[in-house]
Amino acid sequence: MSKTVEAYIEEISKDFSSIELSVDNYGMHNAFITKDEIYGVIEKLKEAGFNFLTDLTGSHYPENEGQEFQVVYHLHHFYDNLRIRLKVNLSKDHLEVPSITDLYAGANWMERETFDFYGIQFSNHPNLSRILNVDDMDYHPMRKEFALEDETREDKEDKYFGR
Amino acid sequence: MATMGATYDLARFGSERMSFSPRQSDLLIVAGTISKKLGPVLKQVYDQMAEPKWVLSVGACASSGGIFDTYSVLQGIDHVIPVDVYVPGCPPRPEQIIEGVLKIQELAKNESLRRRDSPEYKKMLESYNIETVDK
Repeated sequence: MSKTVEAYIEEISKDFSSIELSVDNYGMHNAFITKDEIYGVIEKLKEAGFNFLTDLTGSHYPENEGQEFQVVYHLHHFYDNLRIRLKVNLSKDHLEVPSITDLYAGANWMERETFDFYGIQFSNHPNLSRILNVDDMDYHPMRKEFALEDETREDKEDKYFGR
Repeated sequence: MATMGATYDLARFGSERMSFSPRQSDLLIVAGTISKKLGPVLKQVYDQMAEPKWVLSVGACASSGGIFDTYSVLQGIDHVIPVDVYVPGCPPRPEQIIEGVLKIQELAKNESLRRRDSPEYKKMLESYNIETVDK
């Protein structure tokens, strides 16, 4: 019988006080962690066998004051086939989390993408520059304050679109 | 592809050969969504073509950005290079593309030999920040 996600989290929770584990409606394990502990938690989980970083991305909730941004990590335990989602809430004034590129090489481009689209800083990242958008773009387009439409176009007048 | 294929066969109208270098081509056919990141590449391809040269913008995406009205997509290639003929449609029928090529041939047939030396033409290229050579 292989271990459960709860058992893995139980093992490390004595070192990390901020872990709040829950299970969502789809059976996926969710853990909220503070940004000071996230690096240590991921390091320990990797040692425990969560050896694959499925995804790393961000999200923006402008209405959550003090926790406007979130960095989301998806880890996969290949041996026990377990998945866990780790979330770090960030305030828009302190948009910085430690980079995990030294744990997972695959995090490199995903952190660059998260920086590109949300402006979240990853400290100790070897090359935190834009990866998908044009280099001279001066904003982070997935933030909610920017319209999805291209704001630079001149030929779209609101009156043609009933606005 | 259908335009060049057996059913429609653009070759019937004298456009047989695809060129594998911009330097040997007369007509640049731009089809599909051009992202902003690809804009400078497109401009470089245009720069590398020798005069006289023409540009055919095929489809709504290349001509205006089409449905992709978003931060990453160029809203029409005419923001980067001058366009001679626009082919509308999403996607355009092969007949439309053939008509576009015929319109280009019409331009090639009728334009003045000195048009590309004219100050208007130079001004137009300069408005796109494309270098012009003084003869």
